[in-house]
Amino acid sequence: MDAVATAFGLVFQPYVLLVIALSAIYGLFVGAIPGLTATMATALLVPVTFFMAPVPAVAAIVTATAMAIFSGDIPSALLRMPGTPASAAYTDEAFLLTKKGQAETALGAGLVFSVLGGIFGVLVLIVAAPALAEVALKFSSFEYFWLVMLGFTCAIFIAGNDPLKGLVSLLLGLLFAVVGLENPAGAPRYTFGNADLTGGIPMIPLMIGLFAMSEILRYAVVVVKPEMATDRPFGNVFAGMWTLLKKYPLQLFRGSALGTLVGALPGAGADIAAWMSYGMSKRFSKEPEKFGTGHVEGIVESGAANNSALGGAWIPALVFGIPGDSITAIAIGVLYLKDMNPGPTLFIHNPQNIYAVFIVFILAQLLMLPFGWGAIKVAKRILRIPAALLMPLILLFCVVGSFAINNSLFGVVVMLVAGVLGFFMERWGFPVAPTILGVVLGTMLEEHFFSSLIKADGNFLVFFERPIAGTLGVLCLLIWLWPVLRMLRRRSG
Amino acid sequence: MQRTDRWVGIALALLGLAVLWSARAFPDVPGQKLGAAFLPMLVGAGLLLCAFSLIVRSQRGRAYAEDSARAAGSEHIGSSLVIIGSVLAYVFLSERIGFLIIAPLCLMAGFLAFRIGWRRALLWAVVGTVVVHFSFYKLLRVPLPWGLITPFY
Repeated sequence: MDAVATAFGLVFQPYVLLVIALSAIYGLFVGAIPGLTATMATALLVPVTFFMAPVPAVAAIVTATAMAIFSGDIPSALLRMPGTPASAAYTDEAFLLTKKGQAETALGAGLVFSVLGGIFGVLVLIVAAPALAEVALKFSSFEYFWLVMLGFTCAIFIAGNDPLKGLVSLLLGLLFAVVGLENPAGAPRYTFGNADLTGGIPMIPLMIGLFAMSEILRYAVVVVKPEMATDRPFGNVFAGMWTLLKKYPLQLFRGSALGTLVGALPGAGADIAAWMSYGMSKRFSKEPEKFGTGHVEGIVESGAANNSALGGAWIPALVFGIPGDSITAIAIGVLYLKDMNPGPTLFIHNPQNIYAVFIVFILAQLLMLPFGWGAIKVAKRILRIPAALLMPLILLFCVVGSFAINNSLFGVVVMLVAGVLGFFMERWGFPVAPTILGVVLGTMLEEHFFSSLIKADGNFLVFFERPIAGTLGVLCLLIWLWPVLRMLRRRSG
Repeated sequence: MQRTDRWVGIALALLGLAVLWSARAFPDVPGQKLGAAFLPMLVGAGLLLCAFSLIVRSQRGRAYAEDSARAAGSEHIGSSLVIIGSVLAYVFLSERIGFLIIAPLCLMAGFLAFRIGWRRALLWAVVGTVVVHFSFYKLLRVPLPWGLITPFY
């Protein structure tokens, strides 16, 4: 209990609360501007959080992302452009509602069910993470090896519609992770005699490049002129929400549960959770014919799903150091920088920090109601800010932020190269999430593989001997062999 | 998509071969049969295999789902080149001429490439530079270079 009290003390300080309030506004703003994503918001925050204590640093990321995922709904409803990819699943639905003169319902449902879904995800995180940590304490390198493999497998098969390209993305990520001195033999790999590269490719500039710089390039290449769907002032966005809640409790629960689960799976985050939930909502709806005509049911379910995914993603991130989505992939980097190395021991040695993160999570969801309401009020003004004015400013921020991590121009070069790479990957249909997972987990994979190998002493069956490791291993093999098995069955049938 | 897939496949195959070839030289862990070369070898082989599959698939003409989220609109290659150029200019010149000179120039280039009017661009270039300099140099103590104006600092 002492730890909980300490945690409250860590969060309820003027400085931390100020950080939370500012990141909330920042997150709402970034989320509301089409082309600026929640992941980009996180990547750009890192250079700033670099200079903070652990709790405010994590608080800034948690708050900003929660707000950004909600406020992505705003331009969906008003411009038919998702503010973040997580809103794309129900953008048409929200826009058509606005066209029907029900902008308040579209925005209100987005807000209220985001909050409820978010709280669901956080509660699961609070219950599941410490329980999983207990189990994870007994893990050896074998379990970690298979967990990483399972993470890669999820990222490839869930994160995109083309597993082959997902695999290429993952391999590229692993190739980045290989660079530098940090490997079992301590040999320089792909450093080309460059002193900067011996330390490996710096993670944060790489992320800023892949998620922020690439968006700027995308904006530069494709020019879209959106039109505002409504010009009248909004009424009460909370009107009718209670009725919706009573009408769709099952949808709320289903969306939140699926969202949390998808969030917790490595490589898949809020955007995929929203797409899956929208599909599920339509499939199980009593009035599926209304979907796609401005029907609020899908917004309720997938709006809850994308926010619950955020909490879910932190479960594997905190317990195993395996990111549940791109946002937590960046957050893990921050945790390492702050000496809060993720893993089960974090729950034993620093429980107050973990509890503080939980408190921040709940606080962020509760703050979303007033802050989100405010954001909807000023939405039209925010959406009139020309992106042409913002993009060069964000570019400067990317450059200085990448420089600030090590005070080195090498970071800026990495950022630029990663930006161009991210741009072409998206264009040619290669998902970026597996790459990030490869970069983050490459070192971990190699380390656990080699310590397992030494323990196994040449006998590969040892990888399956321990019960949990064996289960995870068989699960991995089944997923890998599934396409082959299906093909064989089709042939015989 | 099929044609790009083929070219990307060829490029990936070359990359895979390069990785495999270079990984031969990496040393083993003492006392083990495997070493620093293991993961690069695996990545190289994987890339080669994926490249092969991509090329074969594109030859068969199987159209795979393309990301439909890409918005329609006219394309401007020029402005993206300006963006890349401005970052390169920052990398090569910032130490020499200083943040306070290179940053507004980069911003100006970006604004003009995105068709913002001259006067507005100038105003925001100055404001943006001052805000970033203040927040990073003053508040976060990032040593942004002074360059040419060091004597006046």
